[in-house]
Amino acid sequence: MSDRTAIKVEGISKSYGAVKALDDINLEISEGEIYGLIGPDGAGKTSLFRVLTTLTLADSGTASVNGRDVVADYQDIRRTIGYMPGHFALYQDLSVEENLNFYATVFGTTVEANYDTIKDIYSQIEMFKTRKARALSGGMKQKLALCCALVHKPEVLFLDEPTTGVDAVSRKEFWVMLKRIKESGVTILVSTPYMDEASMCDRIALILNGRIIDRGTPQEIISRYPDRLYAVRGGNMFRILKILRPLDGVLRCSSFGSECHVAMAQDGPDSSFLLDTLKDSGVEDSSVELVNPGIEDCFIRLS
Amino acid sequence: MEEKSVVIRNLVKKFGNFTAVDNISFEVSKGEIFGFLGANGAGKTTAMRILCGLSRPTSGEGTVAGFRIKDQQESIKRHIGYMSQKFSLYPDLKVWENIELFGGIYGLNDRQIAAKTDSMLKALSMENARDMYIRDMPLGWKQKLAFSIAMVHDPEIVFLDEPTGGVDPVTRRNFWEMIYEAAGRDVTVFVTTHYMDEAEYCDRVSVMVDGRIEALGSPAELKETYGAKDMDGVFTKIAGRAERGE
Amino acid sequence: MKEIFAFIRKEFKHIFRDRRTTLIVLIMPIVQIVLFGFAISTDVHNAVVDIVGDASDPAVQRIIQRIDSNEYLEVGNIYASPAAIDDRLRKGKISAAVCFEQNFDSNLAAGSTAVVRIIADGADPNTAQTVTSYIKGVIQSEQAEITTAMTGGGSVSMRPNVQLMYNPAMNSAYNFVPGVMGLVLMLICSMMTAVSIVREKEQGTLELVLVSPVKPFWIILSKIVPYMVLSIVNFVTTLLLAHFVMGVPVNGSLALLSLVSLVFVGSSLGLGLLVSVISATQQTAMLICGMGLTMPTMMLSGLIFPCESMPMWLQVFSDIIPAKWFIIMVKKIMIQGAGFTSIVKEFCVLLGMMVALLWFSIKKFKTRL
Repeated sequence: MSDRTAIKVEGISKSYGAVKALDDINLEISEGEIYGLIGPDGAGKTSLFRVLTTLTLADSGTASVNGRDVVADYQDIRRTIGYMPGHFALYQDLSVEENLNFYATVFGTTVEANYDTIKDIYSQIEMFKTRKARALSGGMKQKLALCCALVHKPEVLFLDEPTTGVDAVSRKEFWVMLKRIKESGVTILVSTPYMDEASMCDRIALILNGRIIDRGTPQEIISRYPDRLYAVRGGNMFRILKILRPLDGVLRCSSFGSECHVAMAQDGPDSSFLLDTLKDSGVEDSSVELVNPGIEDCFIRLS
Repeated sequence: MEEKSVVIRNLVKKFGNFTAVDNISFEVSKGEIFGFLGANGAGKTTAMRILCGLSRPTSGEGTVAGFRIKDQQESIKRHIGYMSQKFSLYPDLKVWENIELFGGIYGLNDRQIAAKTDSMLKALSMENARDMYIRDMPLGWKQKLAFSIAMVHDPEIVFLDEPTGGVDPVTRRNFWEMIYEAAGRDVTVFVTTHYMDEAEYCDRVSVMVDGRIEALGSPAELKETYGAKDMDGVFTKIAGRAERGE
Repeated sequence: MKEIFAFIRKEFKHIFRDRRTTLIVLIMPIVQIVLFGFAISTDVHNAVVDIVGDASDPAVQRIIQRIDSNEYLEVGNIYASPAAIDDRLRKGKISAAVCFEQNFDSNLAAGSTAVVRIIADGADPNTAQTVTSYIKGVIQSEQAEITTAMTGGGSVSMRPNVQLMYNPAMNSAYNFVPGVMGLVLMLICSMMTAVSIVREKEQGTLELVLVSPVKPFWIILSKIVPYMVLSIVNFVTTLLLAHFVMGVPVNGSLALLSLVSLVFVGSSLGLGLLVSVISATQQTAMLICGMGLTMPTMMLSGLIFPCESMPMWLQVFSDIIPAKWFIIMVKKIMIQGAGFTSIVKEFCVLLGMMVALLWFSIKKFKTRL
């Protein structure tokens, strides 16, 4: 990661009718980092990607990619970025090879010339190169799309929800690939609705309803979590939720896998208060433990 | 004996020489929350289509809500609820129109629909949203409404196909609380998800790999069997062995 | 330049890998020509013909017998006055009526012209044309016989006076060829171009292509070229079929015909682009092309209903349809053998439409989403 700025977003806003898709977005992404844009569907992730990839114009604000303005220098940007849209956007009736060759040609290059860039990923699907794209599995489609976005050696890679709808195992593989691409010096802006993927990024921005609600390294964001967080285990979780949620001093109470995360003010009551209350309500086998918050806890606090 | 909402024995579905579902058997009890997990292409969707009466099995026996999957598909469709993230409600219809539509589809008469509309909106505290267009509603509301509408005909079992994909953490949790309430009313919930923390909320979970059910049990049992600290670890261990793609 | 060829190659792959598209592009034109052709060249059998005139007149009698013995015609009722004919035609009881003037025989004998009138149902121009030509044939053979029978030279003339009810300027039976050509070229150029662009919009591939450094103009061009090539192929096949299988003459200049068609193809491509700009899904594009372009082309271009029998406002409306002008020109060139000078007006209109449509749609084609 260097200190040079790769993507700069200043005061970008964009509305579709009455809906404010992007509301005064400011971001600075450094060269060579994996920057995660994390938020649910409809948060504005795709809108921001489209502004940065010069596909739509923002209503106000400016943005640049590697020093090139997204409005004035859009043709230069198009030459130097790789983009993988949120849905599988390759030609279903063309084979793996034909798709790749097509995109290589469109970007004025050949697969052979840049084979090194895609070798790692392409080698995993090369055995299916005559297969039509529509006959590929989800994981393979994803790899092909990534190859197509990389085939012209882009400086910046935009990946819009590359792991959505992909199973947990394929998702992990995908992040390993991204790490390797990053090592070759490519800046990567990636969006995801999965909070647990935040830790895979160098820095992240949490986005909700068109607004950035927090940003920084995952560690920084977590360290800003102001409350004490307890994990409560045992018994029927939804019963526990019902008991704990109305209590004074409990700020938030939400299920987290097999646990229930309870946020309490730093100067509020401690774990014994929770245990006692649960015992009084007839939940005997519960345990309470002070835990470190995750990105999802931060997101819940901020939303 | 405990009442069963789903009983499946040796279910097989082949497409040509490709075996999408390879001899699976399982049962789901009434009022249970059953998580149906699997990697992409493991045969989840195919199996779910058969259970919902949308597709016929190649071989195998089974009942859903008491009706045979082989020859009573129409009855199955009438007696189950179904909701998916992709398709749920008509965005260009108002809230009450959606309720009326789906009530009508499931054979409710006008009086029943009117009563159902009132009670549903009251339960969701959406009385003021009666005339709102679905497209103008926040996602969380839409989802709750879609879930309620999937149960407009009081089905014994409701199938949820990735109901929370891409939804924000708060809305996702609120939704699961609704699932729990439904299960508390003895409705069986059959749910697929890609969020592994949600797998923890299920009473029992099955993991499909290459058309077979590779693991089946409560989250606690599975975590112990596979020596994993959470369901994500369990899933990675099981699904990582998959041989075929989608 | 390499990019363009990659694009065009890809476009052809799309066309030939989808069996339905291939079928539409290559088979449909042939099927349409053959279908229309046979529907039209169906022979008339036992068409009933009423006679109006003096049944005791010897010449009239002879002609009645000839009609009766003709294998395609059959004599219906014989009336003294034409009053009942209109009703009989309307109800479809008869295909035509032959009216003889008073003193037909004596007029003939006097060496002057005897007038015979043929009334047929012009609402069905194809049958009408066939029947009237049979009747004319009958009258002419009678006339020829009298002429040879008469000694001392001179000739008699029975002037058949054909009157078509409801469609006085009966259109030629070759109508269908220019019409089908217009329809086919329109479908291939407009519908296929629009759908192929909108499909990429829908699938999101356009997003990726737009993000590439390829200039939008080249993207448009790469979409246009394949369909232009296919239209030319189709133009040639329909023309060959029409000429050699259906026997439709090509009286005028082939080069002029090709030029006119090229201009029409250009305007159709412009229309297709325009549709692709305004529609977001393939269904919308199909609907707009189907309802907005194909239907009016069929209805207003004179392919099914003659333009002249349409209400005035519809006739005015049909003026904005490029196919109308194309069909008029093709008719003039192919059937009447007209030269450029007689189609200058239509040609200019079509050329103007092409330029305007192409300019407008290329300008409107967004470089962004």
